[in-house]
Amino acid sequence: MFWIYPILASAYYSFTDFNGVQDPVWVGAQNYTTLFVQDSDFRLAVYNTLYFAVVSIPLAIVVSFGLAMLLNAKIRFQTVYRTIYFLPTLVPEVALALVWVYLFTPGSGLINVPFDWIGVRGPCWLSCPAWSRPTIVLLALWIIGQQVILYLAGLQDVPQDLYDAADVDGAGFWRKFRNVTVPMMTPVVFFHLVTSVIGALQFFTVPYIMTGGTGFPGGTLLFYSIYLYKQAFQRFNMGYASAMAWLLFAVALLITLVIFRTSRRWVFYGGADLS
Amino acid sequence: MAVETQKAVQTQPLVSRRPWLSSKRVRNTVRSILTHAALIPAALIFMLPFLWMLSTSLKTDAQLYTYPPVWIPNPINWMNYPNTVTYITFFLYMRNTVIIAASATLGALISCSLVAYSLARIPWPGRHVLFIITVATLMLPFQVTLIPLFLVFKNLGWVGDFRPLIVPHFFGSGLYIFLLRQFFMTLPIELSEAARIDGASEFRIYWSIILPLAKAALATVAIFEFIARWRDYLGPLIYLNNQKLYVLSLGLYEYSSQYGREWGLLMAASVLITLPIILLFFFLQKIFVQGIALTGIKG
Repeated sequence: MFWIYPILASAYYSFTDFNGVQDPVWVGAQNYTTLFVQDSDFRLAVYNTLYFAVVSIPLAIVVSFGLAMLLNAKIRFQTVYRTIYFLPTLVPEVALALVWVYLFTPGSGLINVPFDWIGVRGPCWLSCPAWSRPTIVLLALWIIGQQVILYLAGLQDVPQDLYDAADVDGAGFWRKFRNVTVPMMTPVVFFHLVTSVIGALQFFTVPYIMTGGTGFPGGTLLFYSIYLYKQAFQRFNMGYASAMAWLLFAVALLITLVIFRTSRRWVFYGGADLS
Repeated sequence: MAVETQKAVQTQPLVSRRPWLSSKRVRNTVRSILTHAALIPAALIFMLPFLWMLSTSLKTDAQLYTYPPVWIPNPINWMNYPNTVTYITFFLYMRNTVIIAASATLGALISCSLVAYSLARIPWPGRHVLFIITVATLMLPFQVTLIPLFLVFKNLGWVGDFRPLIVPHFFGSGLYIFLLRQFFMTLPIELSEAARIDGASEFRIYWSIILPLAKAALATVAIFEFIARWRDYLGPLIYLNNQKLYVLSLGLYEYSSQYGREWGLLMAASVLITLPIILLFFFLQKIFVQGIALTGIKG
């Protein structure tokens, strides 16, 4: 019940002109046509958000899986390492975003110091349109602590018997990884993929703080959620923002459905039979 | 045959291609050194933002803009810490944050465990449909419900205080219901049956049998939720407009003005905000990993 009312209400608002105070006025599909036909900021926000999702999600999967493999090894200081990898995830996003701005400002930030050592002019990172998109993808990789934990938990769930059996067959590290670890971990990758699509489409706080909501430089950091927030709570175009929200929902649903459809081919639910 | 092989190994250990790898112990040592060699640089990268926060929090304004930047300021300026808690009303904001985070966590624990219990342990028609709907809400971008919820709370007259930030969490959350339901499913059904024969009510079974067995899973949900609320920015940004009720994440904004940022004070405050959850995580991370492993993401 707590979900159904807001969903229906937002669907209704998306067909109205509504500022949150006066009664909504029915305008038909006008919000949607404006979005597609006229609004260049909207197109920019869509492009930025898709770029972020497409580049950052595969990277996040590889990096967090890899880190979890390393963290699962029986080594000393395991607790310390795990806490360290989780560290950026624990720092409030507001503080984190500001530290990043500080670190990645060419001229005063730490980031270009290694480039100075070798005498090369470092990239301009967050302060120019050419580099800002890749930079924010890189920054987002810092906050994958929760995903690492998820993979770690998944790795601990892989039955030891399977590795023992592989050992008996004389399988090396690589073959064990390919034929035991990866198939057993596909459900976790699947879960991660689905949740991170939603997560990437909702990316808000970090770029909002970094740019003060402006999408600087050159609009390259204007993300969908930021634009939606601005429309709803700064310009009070709540009907328009609801239309944006519904489009986002439709796209998220579509992507999720595609992932679910293809999942039958690559996700392996073996737990029940093997344990 | 076996004897021969053994003999060959004993007399000709150098036949092995990599004799220094031959003993299992050596191999394990090499492996652990390699693991550390990969983990340490990565750990440094992951610590960088926090270390830089720490370093900056100990600098005076004059030390901030030296280039190349220095890691350990000389002299160390401890004054940012006592100054930062008075520059903004730090302890008031902290109190507000704790109230919101603790109440929301309590709400999530109660509501999600009850719903998960009924979905996992009580056979009633339609529960599968409800479970699918619950999981589907995970796919729902928060933007869809953002505006209607805001208007609902506005009509209720709740905007401007803590209620919009706490009450929704008493209505459950898809992710936690999912995790807890998966865990409750793994507990043997005989436990409930035996208790039912003894005449225990459903609530009694939930409260005195299932919950005590689910401590790790509950702890995981509690930590997830507490950290999420502790760091939340968008919620307070939308719903709080009275400065006396601000939370820490909003308070951090007060270090910025049109004249620039008080970096030293800002970073000192950030360190103070982060430290409690680092400690929380450090001591609870084992339960955390176990909790997730037990709840079985894997379906």
